[in-house]
Amino acid sequence: MTYIAKPKFHHPGLKKNELGYTHRDYEGKISTLCAGCGHDSITASIIEACYELSIEPHRVAKISGIGCSSKTPDYFLGNSHGFNSVHGRMPSVLTGANLANRDLIYLGVSGDGDSASIGFGQFAHSIRRGVNMTYIVENNGVYGLTKGQFSATADRGSKSKKGVTNTDNAIDLVAIALQLGATFVARSFSGDKAQLVPLIAAAIGHKGASFIDVISPCIAFNNHAGSTKSFDYVREHNDAVNRLDVLVGRDPIAVDYAPGTVQVVEQHDGSKIALRKIDADYDPHDRLGAQTFLARHAAKGQIVTGLLYVDPDADDLHTHLNTVETPLNTLEADTLCPGSAALDKFNASLR
Amino acid sequence: MSDKKPISSVNDFVVRFANVNGSGSASANEMFARAILRHGVPVSPRNIFPSNIQGLPTWYEVRVTEEGHLGARGGVDMMVAMNPQTWDKDVAGIEPGGYLFYDSTKPLPSTKFRDDITVIGVPLTAITNSTYTDPRQRQLFKNIIYLGALSALLDMDPKLIEQLIGEQYKGKEKLLSSNVHALHLGRDWALQNLKCPTGLRVKKSDKVGDRIFIEGNSAAALGAVYGGATVCAWYPITPSSSVAEAFTAHCKKYRHDPATGKAKYAIVQGEDELASIGIVIGASWNGARAFTATSGPGISLMTEFIGLSYFAEIPAVIMNIQRAGPSTGMPTRTQQCDIIACAYASHGDTKHVLLFPEDPAEAFEFAAAAFDLAERLQTTIFLMLDLDIGMNHRLSRPLKWDDSKQYDRGKVMTAQMLDEGRDFGRYLDVDGDGIPYRTYPGTHPTKGSYFTRGTSRDRYARYSEEGSVYADNMQRLVRKFETAQDLVPRPLQANAERPTKYGVIYFGSTSPAMDEAIGMLEARGHQLDRLRIRAFPFHSSVASFLAEHDFVYVVEQNRDSQLRQLIVNENGIDPVRLVPIVHYDGSPITARYIAKAIGDHQDHLKVTPLRKAVS
Repeated sequence: MTYIAKPKFHHPGLKKNELGYTHRDYEGKISTLCAGCGHDSITASIIEACYELSIEPHRVAKISGIGCSSKTPDYFLGNSHGFNSVHGRMPSVLTGANLANRDLIYLGVSGDGDSASIGFGQFAHSIRRGVNMTYIVENNGVYGLTKGQFSATADRGSKSKKGVTNTDNAIDLVAIALQLGATFVARSFSGDKAQLVPLIAAAIGHKGASFIDVISPCIAFNNHAGSTKSFDYVREHNDAVNRLDVLVGRDPIAVDYAPGTVQVVEQHDGSKIALRKIDADYDPHDRLGAQTFLARHAAKGQIVTGLLYVDPDADDLHTHLNTVETPLNTLEADTLCPGSAALDKFNASLR
Repeated sequence: MSDKKPISSVNDFVVRFANVNGSGSASANEMFARAILRHGVPVSPRNIFPSNIQGLPTWYEVRVTEEGHLGARGGVDMMVAMNPQTWDKDVAGIEPGGYLFYDSTKPLPSTKFRDDITVIGVPLTAITNSTYTDPRQRQLFKNIIYLGALSALLDMDPKLIEQLIGEQYKGKEKLLSSNVHALHLGRDWALQNLKCPTGLRVKKSDKVGDRIFIEGNSAAALGAVYGGATVCAWYPITPSSSVAEAFTAHCKKYRHDPATGKAKYAIVQGEDELASIGIVIGASWNGARAFTATSGPGISLMTEFIGLSYFAEIPAVIMNIQRAGPSTGMPTRTQQCDIIACAYASHGDTKHVLLFPEDPAEAFEFAAAAFDLAERLQTTIFLMLDLDIGMNHRLSRPLKWDDSKQYDRGKVMTAQMLDEGRDFGRYLDVDGDGIPYRTYPGTHPTKGSYFTRGTSRDRYARYSEEGSVYADNMQRLVRKFETAQDLVPRPLQANAERPTKYGVIYFGSTSPAMDEAIGMLEARGHQLDRLRIRAFPFHSSVASFLAEHDFVYVVEQNRDSQLRQLIVNENGIDPVRLVPIVHYDGSPITARYIAKAIGDHQDHLKVTPLRKAVS
């Protein structure tokens, strides 16, 4: 239960990051999700990524919709403000929050019901607008909290736990995000932390709309034979195009790369992404190529994962709106109110 | 009655223009109204328009009123009938003894006219066609030509109209001179061929004073600029779209950093009303002043978020420019029909603060005040305008601002307060007013963070489904709403000359018609005390007013007397003592209507004195 306080003690020798925070400083309350839930692995990956990036925990705003996935922001970054908002409406709440204060890091956490069904429109429009955020969908193909109904990302022909076959076509949020102009698009698997952690870290460093679809098996309702979102199925059909390392600050993660296998992408925040190619032909700067690649592999039943597209020179909604650098929520009457003299002139123009 | 005497009136009459929408008549008609204002004579114009862009009938009505009655009057003294589609109805609508102005280029059979009115034919098409060859010019200048002819018929000073044309086309000399030319084409033709002036005349006066001529939506939008709104999210819907458009225009003028050119505001046209209110809630949660503008259908869509705002206690300002519902209803017709929908919007037990401005000046003041109230009360504040105030130019006292005013950002706990060891409970009432402290995201590395949710939680924002914890929170919200009573604009009372046991309650755009109706009722011997409600929750003076009067009329522009329902419900009073006076056909309520409805009821009460019958 979340009201039971998590013990604060930890091993005195626990490693500290650049800011002097330990891993524990990025944790939240105890998860109330089912034991073995894929979402908890994503929570762990978010904690790991924030720790590695040496983010000040309170400089992150965690915003979610409704559903199992949307409960998770309570389980990480306990010193951050979180907002478990309205079903399918995380993107609009996040957009508003981002407009109010451009200096925070915005982490949007959603699920497949939240983003592909009730909030499909808001998902689409927040991506279109280029809101500077990391938008994570914890995608399990079912409605967990209401006990196992198909979601819109469930593949056609896949079977529910009760044995019902899904006859509706699936929505691929990654394909949609690419089409809508997201400037950082990735897919990963909750069971592959090594791939997921650097993807989240890179997405946070990206300025613009970052979208990560994380296949996250539902242990209770969607982990059976016939499901295409089960641990076994995803492991068997996972087709990673690349592996990432995120190099931050003065102390980059030391990696030894074979020549010609690595592509380095420099981000706005100064961090570098080292992309280790698995598929030699895959170019993550080619939006159209990514769309075609994805469609071709989907037809073969393969789940393409990795960093699928990135535009390192992207900009965001604030750039489009030409807003001031100072966060809008700090402006007061002296800068916002035109005053009585201007009002007198305004009145005079209406006589 | 063929020899009805023509109406004779100076500075007190109604001219109605019947046009086809999209024909460019609007600017000429508005210029007509402004020209009369320049004579020092108050006018009250109203657009009566369809939900359409081109081809359907539209009317523009100008009430010329030396006395300054700004409500709709009802009836038409002069009809400028420029639309063949509506001819029959337009002609039938003229008061006996009134005037019909029409384009006489094509002869019409006598059956198309009435013999109890004065018919004034001007061959507008013939004049236009002989002067202009370009079809668009023909259409646009025809409007200016009829304006010229009217100026002669109504004895207006052409110099004042020329001055207006000069202001409108400043720097566009070619357009300026061609408009002045067209004006005189019409004026000269009328002077040479018609008896000028008619019985209706405009005479210079000094009754306009320092008042300004402005649409309520523009005033409300400026109120948002002065009130410090930095985020606006909206979705186009009549009659509210011009709020966001005016906010955009005002911000372009007043809110750009002179050095960098950067914007001290963000405006997003949402994909729908759900996104619009979501953006407002997100921005307000994060400490910015944010608002949306919408109308009835938008309110319906926003209700889930409005409940979240109430329960999770997040400020929001919603400007509702009301139109006739339900459903799509009559999108371009006015009503005050969302009172109940807004007061109790959303599922579960909810109550919201409503503000009822009566005119553009109050729309400006209340819009600015709404942001202070929203942050003080940490909840949604509705600014309840309607199409009548929002989309018509109204003569209004000038807008005023006190430069010493600071924004009331409400109870916000800062990093310093947290470091001083202040106990932070997001839903903890520390001083009995029901309002807890909040922190902005990003305030402090280790203190003051909390998890916002629409589910029940305890005073320290920890999730809880305990019945007592839930009820404790709901009770505090009631206390907070009681606090609101004394923060919102108070009702204004005006008593009759003699003590009376009859009262009348009204609000919003009904104001000018009500004020005028009081005079009419006094002339009939009826004395009424007046109470203009300016906000919900109701101040205690509403209960006092009800206690002091035997019968109170509640005048409003909806079918189900929604304000009356709210008063009955919130004050727990006997509904029999509240007499509904409702007007809901989509046209603005008139003094004539109110005076007749209340007067007839009063007469009836006099015939059968209830007190005697009971005792």
